[in-house]
Amino acid sequence: MNNSYLIKTERLKKIYPMGPTTLVALEGVNLIFKKGEFSGLVGPSGSGKTTLLNIIGTLDSPSQGSADVMGRKVETLSHKSAAQLRNQHIGFIFQTFNLLPVYTVFENVEFPLLLQNMATSERKKLVMEALEWVGLADRAQSKPAQLSGGQSQRVAIARAIVKKPELVIADEPTANLDAENSHHIMKTMVQLNKGLDTTFIFATHDEKVMHYLKRKISLNDGRVEKDEILEREMWK
Amino acid sequence: MIKFLFKGLIRDRSRSLFPVLTVVTGVFLSVFLYSYLNGVVSQMINSTAHYQTGHLRIMTQAYAQEADQNPIDLAFIGVDNLLQTLNEKYHQMLWTPRIKFGGLLDIPDENKETKTQGPVIGMAVNLFSEFSPERKLLNIKDAIISGRMPNKTGEILIADEFAKKLKVAPSDTATLISSTMFGSMTMANFKIAGTVRFGIAAMDRAAIFTDISDIQFALDMQDAASEILGFFADDIYNDEQATLIAASFNKEFKNPDDPFSPRMGTLPNESGLADYLNMVGSMAIIIITIFVVTMSIVLWNAGLMGSLRRYGEIGLRLAIGEDKGHVYRTLILESVMIAIFGSVLGTLAGVGIAYLMQVHGLDFSFLFKKTSMMIPNELRARVTFGSFIIGFVPGIISTVLGTSIAGVGIYKRQTSQLFKELEV
Repeated sequence: MNNSYLIKTERLKKIYPMGPTTLVALEGVNLIFKKGEFSGLVGPSGSGKTTLLNIIGTLDSPSQGSADVMGRKVETLSHKSAAQLRNQHIGFIFQTFNLLPVYTVFENVEFPLLLQNMATSERKKLVMEALEWVGLADRAQSKPAQLSGGQSQRVAIARAIVKKPELVIADEPTANLDAENSHHIMKTMVQLNKGLDTTFIFATHDEKVMHYLKRKISLNDGRVEKDEILEREMWK
Repeated sequence: MIKFLFKGLIRDRSRSLFPVLTVVTGVFLSVFLYSYLNGVVSQMINSTAHYQTGHLRIMTQAYAQEADQNPIDLAFIGVDNLLQTLNEKYHQMLWTPRIKFGGLLDIPDENKETKTQGPVIGMAVNLFSEFSPERKLLNIKDAIISGRMPNKTGEILIADEFAKKLKVAPSDTATLISSTMFGSMTMANFKIAGTVRFGIAAMDRAAIFTDISDIQFALDMQDAASEILGFFADDIYNDEQATLIAASFNKEFKNPDDPFSPRMGTLPNESGLADYLNMVGSMAIIIITIFVVTMSIVLWNAGLMGSLRRYGEIGLRLAIGEDKGHVYRTLILESVMIAIFGSVLGTLAGVGIAYLMQVHGLDFSFLFKKTSMMIPNELRARVTFGSFIIGFVPGIISTVLGTSIAGVGIYKRQTSQLFKELEV
């Protein structure tokens, strides 16, 4: 992996066939994300935020150009290698939590570690650590149905960070939360970013999220319109 | 991972209960039908062997051609010598001579005039010798309804139904009117020792049982018998061994140019059961195939419904880095757990009910009133080792097959759509 950056996209283009025509979702995106960034992709619907997250998260591959994620070229990754990269190095946070309802909080957070064939004692330690980071260690045996929206999203964050990934990708993580919970969640992620040096990349419309960003990348019609480093008191 | 999946299955009833119930039902029916079919066939084979053909049967070639008519004029002579040879050469078998004959049974009144009479089929077997296997083979002791076993010459047993028809009872006299081996008319008086019912319509309609020495005397058949039957010592028919013995015997004794030379046949060929047994064998395969196909379709649909319910879960698993092949394999693993659990329950239920049917049986006598087949009136299941394993074939194959087909959709999931799909 290149030490100067975690992710680098060059002339990134993504085209979707739409019947007889095509839709250009990304057009010549050149971006570099360094380790420990807390960045947000903002822009109106259809601006290419989720498409870019898909490619950075190795869920999709570019039509043209290249995307280097932790030293791997996404355009040449096989499905299996991409899954392996996600499993070991990337955490995902979704708008709708996506917790598995039949499993406890502990088991939901444990699940990504099961895929890594980790020893039980090690798993238990990491899960409890992750739950402590998000302040839910005392709810380890609860079921998702017994949690509030904010608590559920914190469990989803714990699941994303339990394997200590270099990168966490979050698509509209506060969209289903009220203002208080949104701030709480964002503060948790800021602490994790500071404590673990985990890189966070968000796609968001939410002003409350933008308030916490170190870097804001505005997309419009698949192009980077503005890329700003923000001076925030909380990051000093 | 297995523990994790198992927890999910236990907690999510909609994921496990319906598939388990489907497997239990299919396996139960497979096990029960297999055991019942097995029981009926075994009873049929045993009845046919015990009352009709033995596991091996020796007759003259001429007699064999007309065997349905019991032509005692074509019976063979020199039975004692042949029995001695058989006991020496094929000592693993029990050999016993029989005479089947027909005639008229006449019941006299107090003036020795005919009171009633009727046509009769008779079976003469070695009843008195302590080395004779006949009492056990024919299960005579248990078949006696009234009176007792004959214990001296001149005594017969008569079918209970026939006795009622002729209005006779134990200690009454009956006269057999028949023809000798050489074609002349003969009459012999017997005392009825008891009445019997074997639970086989063909035997219970109009039959008498005598000791073979009485009939040899009455029908002028000294040292003669219409057939010699051979039985395996454990009373279980072994087709491979029987075929070898028959081939060896026929090679040595059968003379195509002499119609009175003996020939030996095996149970399936002698009874005409060969095709029937093949058909029954095919039926077992057909039953299992039907269950495999039906259950596979049901479980395929259950799998599809489950996949829809678990669309989010599977999407999440793909997103967080689980390989599609691994997701697919875990679904198959879940189905194997369900299959094993369902198959064990279904087998226990199937074997349990089959065992009850083995002990009690179902009375089908109303169907067999006119049959000439050696089939018991009360048909019972038979629980064998096969009963415990047969259900696992449809149970596991159908569950895994159903899930395999339903799970193929995993490979069609586009990871690029996961963010959209997971945010609904």
